Amino acid sequence: MGKTLYGKLWDSHVVRELADGTCLVYIDRQLVHEVTSPQAFAGVRARHRPLWRPDANLAVADHNVPTKDRALGISDPTSRLQVETLDRNCHDFGVSLFSMNDIRQGIVHVVGPEQGATLPGMTIVCGDSHTSTHGAFGALAYGVGTSEVEQVMATQCLLQKPSRTMRVRLEGTAPAGVGAKDMALAVIGRIGTAGGTGYAIEFAGSAVRALSMEGRMTLCNMAIEAGARAGLVGVDETTISYLAGRPFAPSGALWDQAVLAWRTCVTDPDATFDREWVIDVSDLAPQVTFGTSPEMVAPIDGQVPDPARETDPARREALTAALAYMGLRPGTAMVDVPIDVVFIGSCTNARIEDLRAAAGVIAGRKIAPGVRRALVVPGSGLVKRAAEAEGLDRIFKEAGFEWRDPGCSMCLAMNADRLESGERCASTSNRNFEGRQGAGGRTHLVSPQMAAAAAIAGRFVDVRQHF
Amino acid sequence: MQRFLKETGLVVPLDRLNVDTDAIIPKQFLKAVGRTGFGANLFDNWRYLDRGEPGQETARTPNPDFVLNKPRYQGASILLARANFGCGSSREHAPWALVEYGIRAIVAPSFADIFYQNSLKNGLLPVVLPEDTVDRLFQAVETEVGYALTIDLRAGQVFAHGEEIGTFSIDPFRKECLLNGLDDIGWTLKHEAEIREYEARRRREVPWLFPPEGSRI
Repeated sequence: MGKTLYGKLWDSHVVRELADGTCLVYIDRQLVHEVTSPQAFAGVRARHRPLWRPDANLAVADHNVPTKDRALGISDPTSRLQVETLDRNCHDFGVSLFSMNDIRQGIVHVVGPEQGATLPGMTIVCGDSHTSTHGAFGALAYGVGTSEVEQVMATQCLLQKPSRTMRVRLEGTAPAGVGAKDMALAVIGRIGTAGGTGYAIEFAGSAVRALSMEGRMTLCNMAIEAGARAGLVGVDETTISYLAGRPFAPSGALWDQAVLAWRTCVTDPDATFDREWVIDVSDLAPQVTFGTSPEMVAPIDGQVPDPARETDPARREALTAALAYMGLRPGTAMVDVPIDVVFIGSCTNARIEDLRAAAGVIAGRKIAPGVRRALVVPGSGLVKRAAEAEGLDRIFKEAGFEWRDPGCSMCLAMNADRLESGERCASTSNRNFEGRQGAGGRTHLVSPQMAAAAAIAGRFVDVRQHF
Repeated sequence: MQRFLKETGLVVPLDRLNVDTDAIIPKQFLKAVGRTGFGANLFDNWRYLDRGEPGQETARTPNPDFVLNKPRYQGASILLARANFGCGSSREHAPWALVEYGIRAIVAPSFADIFYQNSLKNGLLPVVLPEDTVDRLFQAVETEVGYALTIDLRAGQVFAHGEEIGTFSIDPFRKECLLNGLDDIGWTLKHEAEIREYEARRRREVPWLFPPEGSRI
């Protein structure tokens, strides 16, 4: 019987298997950032050991960095200490680092693929749950905690059990204005935030094949919001042409050898999965979340649901609490929800294609008077430079957006970019948890086009009809 | 890692679905470079009425409605929770905060994967019990002040008032690590030769993943 892509990736990285199925798994690449690494470096230091393979690590500061006035440095002393600690650790242990003012600096999950440091067939970990993003390249990539960051630093291995396998087939052609983010939110709405727990999700089907690498990354990025540590997409021409010429991708004879190997990073036709879902995206509407969990999502032409109609008591209570936090009444049409802030950014949606999609909606228009702040935070310095070369920055600035420097920014509000209590945000990020974008802040997850359209209208609108 | 053998302790109920790690320890406290000092800020947004900042020295205003602040639950070491506990961010600061607060075990119908693994690596025992058993436990905790559970890891049993109310399992390898307080790195380094051997093979098979000596990535 054939193997799934996940099965191939797993099997090719097992160093040793224990009696209970726990495996010692080899890790090819570790991406490192400032928030979850200091304790890991300290642990390695306490053992008086070097890193097992310094060249397998790539580090970048992203969570804490300011997105404006960088020349002034980091004003928050605790954030500054954390970024300086990363700089010092990378220097001491011989790890490649893109420092804050390097053009290659950016969000770790944007930087890895952009540099070709993310390649098919790899195992990739990072102390960040959105490491699932890199699975878009036919790599096994997942988030780990700091103890595991330390273990990879010290041993290049992790002790884990294999996940179960799930395939989500997205079939059909998505309507204009409906993209990877809408598909991701629709999948989470269907299977739930715990629907993928214990699984690695492979995204397949004609709608996935039609996506660019940027779109596939958006989809895999959100796999963790469905509970799955890893998201995957099989390698095809789209994958290979994206990688050609990337700084850390192989070249010459090694490139040809690598491409041959990469083409096997697909699920065999006769492989079976533990669970399968098929979702037709032909009639999919743009999606907007209304609650405090990504599964609390509705089509833009839908309404805020009524908790009274929820039969399960725990779910009814959760929905009631979510609507109270979000300041929304049951039955409100999603298009009647006004917004205060717009955030276009994050490891989900801050790549060049995302910025093009948003700029396409905004071109020649102005943000609505009721919108207090609108931010565009490119995913990396290189994304920013590419966008500027295309004139996207002018489109955003003329519309009233602020054009910032790269980082995680308002996705999790560790730096100065955050919502005030009660502010309502159309956000292209990945989590609408309570307080995620700032204590008391209200997050609605949407695609870049939908965030852009909301900025112009001052409320959520159906980007298919209005633009 | 702190060993886990058997724990008898007061139970505190957190009756919410999908408790995420942003709620367990909000982002502003993730700026620390050490592993300690997170307990005071466990569930900070729910636990206090004022907004917490790292290194804050002023007295906080506890939220009297939050369950951890109720007098009857002071000293609890077992957290009773709902499905998908620990979802979201991979921050290990979440189990660090729970352990430092004094929680030794969490009983829930399900846990998010990364949180579950992070807990095991910090001597914090995640106990999965069936949904209906958890429902009954929530009722029991509400009704009886001082309701306590005993969790026996080796036997995989949970007791209330001396009677078994449920059984649970943990992967045998993880169980041994918890019972003996072993950490993964120590175990892995015993297999250093095997890792070197695998690595040499991999270097031959996928040479493009191994940059030439002296260069980086």
